[in-house]
Amino acid sequence: MQTTLTTRPKGAAARPPRHARHARRGPATGRRNWPAGLAGWLWLAVVIVPIYWIVITSFKSQSTYYATNPLVPSGEPTLRNYQLVIESDFPLYFLNSLITTVGAVVPAVVISFMAAFAIVRGGSGRFLRSVNGLFLMGLAIPLQATIIPVYLIIIRLQLYDSLLALILPSIAFAIPLSVLVLSNFIRDVPRELFESMRMDGATEWMTLWRLAFPLTRPAVVTVSIYNALTIWNGFLLPLILTQSPDKRTLPLALWTFQGQYSVNVPAVLASVVLTTMPILLLYVVGRRQLVSGLTVGFSK
Amino acid sequence: MSTVATSATAASRAGRSGSLAWLAVPALVIFTGFGLIPLAGVLVLSFTSWDGLGDIGFTGLDSWRAVLADPQLPHALWVTFLVMAASWAVQTPASILLGTFLAGDQRYRAFLSVLYFIPLLLSSAAIAITYKALLDPNFGLGAGLGIPLLVQDWLGEPVLAFSVVIFVVSWQFIPFHALIYQGGVRQIPRSMYEAAELDGAGRVRKFFSITLPQLKYTIITSSTLMVVGSLTFFDLIFVLTAGGPGDTTRVLALDMYKRGFQANLMGPASAIAVILVLVGLVLALLLRRLGGRDAAHSQLEGA
Repeated sequence: MQTTLTTRPKGAAARPPRHARHARRGPATGRRNWPAGLAGWLWLAVVIVPIYWIVITSFKSQSTYYATNPLVPSGEPTLRNYQLVIESDFPLYFLNSLITTVGAVVPAVVISFMAAFAIVRGGSGRFLRSVNGLFLMGLAIPLQATIIPVYLIIIRLQLYDSLLALILPSIAFAIPLSVLVLSNFIRDVPRELFESMRMDGATEWMTLWRLAFPLTRPAVVTVSIYNALTIWNGFLLPLILTQSPDKRTLPLALWTFQGQYSVNVPAVLASVVLTTMPILLLYVVGRRQLVSGLTVGFSK
Repeated sequence: MSTVATSATAASRAGRSGSLAWLAVPALVIFTGFGLIPLAGVLVLSFTSWDGLGDIGFTGLDSWRAVLADPQLPHALWVTFLVMAASWAVQTPASILLGTFLAGDQRYRAFLSVLYFIPLLLSSAAIAITYKALLDPNFGLGAGLGIPLLVQDWLGEPVLAFSVVIFVVSWQFIPFHALIYQGGVRQIPRSMYEAAELDGAGRVRKFFSITLPQLKYTIITSSTLMVVGSLTFFDLIFVLTAGGPGDTTRVLALDMYKRGFQANLMGPASAIAVILVLVGLVLALLLRRLGGRDAAHSQLEGA
């Protein structure tokens, strides 16, 4: 970690790691490494076989599922399972997940960016130093452990069983890492640019939106993706802070659907495929951004 | 909030940062409201009795006495530790090897990495549901293939259920840690390997003498994330085994949930939550001491 993070060239860090940059690094020797290759393909099988099984099974009818080899696709694929899933209100759950995710990620990233900007630009002040310290402390604490008081607060605010009940704690839980990563990137913006903005009479607020934000856009995208994936896949908050079926988000809906149709394996797997589709499509479209988003600051 | 207000005025007196400080206020307010206050609240609630609906009454050390006297606590701590140790021991070597493998420039490795990362995109709930169906002794893959070895009561036998949890955790998180190690390996200067080759070092020797020592800080970062992260394997275990069979996989986070939201004993559940926070902090500090830094600090030093 030391080398990865201390030798980062200024200004270059805002770009995702490029393959070409690493061309002269790493142990690749050009000689073929058969055992490693074999192990690599073996791991691929471990990853892919369950996924392959989910997909082909989701197109089988319940009766063919029991009658056929589970690793051979059905001769007569059916969409009945998908129909059942869609009729079980999954479009609504999808919408709930979407509202919660967008509703949490946008404010979380905006206020984290503002805080990160303040911490970088005015970090010598005692107030901002202690704010930064608080956020760093938040990184070391398993925030799930605070769920009982969060539940109490949500009840007292009369927000229980609403999407806002999911959004507010999600924003809070996203702040520490977002501020840390964003402030690392804002720090890489050359100081002279800030100075020239100030010479031109720009306020800090204008500098924030017209200079820092555009220059660190890749980092903003990365942080947004990381938070979005965490919140989209979140299970504990919806489990505890909502109750009625029409407030379910997708992971919770998957769980209840599985409880309801546990014998109908193809239908359960169709629900898994359908709820994973949006993220897989995103992965196909923006793989590089998504992968760097998954590890945010950790693997630069 | 009064402390915030006073320190804010102190900062504005300090000069330049005053005009900036307000930019941090929205994040501070919401983090205080749903992060810091709950953190303090969990300690306060551990001295109360509350059923989750009615009034909250102070009962002093009652919850703590109940929790500490309950043989469930050492069991949950032990299970948490076992999950942590086993998932670390499985994931770390696999992730280092896979990360080193993926750091190579070969085309097919880039292709493989695209597929390797798919498990990272799935929710823990989806993964747990999939494996539950896949491993079902009557309807699962083993039964369908008719291979007796695969037809086990995977989630019903204690040792098997524990192993399944470790396997599924590894399946989900090895790609993430491999990605971290890939980044680490790519930062090792090629010249070190070239020098070793001139000295006639083979592939295995290079791995143990160059790659592994050079990855020291990456290993500490990855281990910190793994160990602290293992405290929060709630959703996966909850959906996969619900702590069972019996209490075999009842980790601390699950113990907290079951006491609080199923048995409606929020006081003892809060005491468990306090223990969870303490365990997390102690582990993070220990690992930091081990390596002289932690993830957060190495990030800061890099900035």
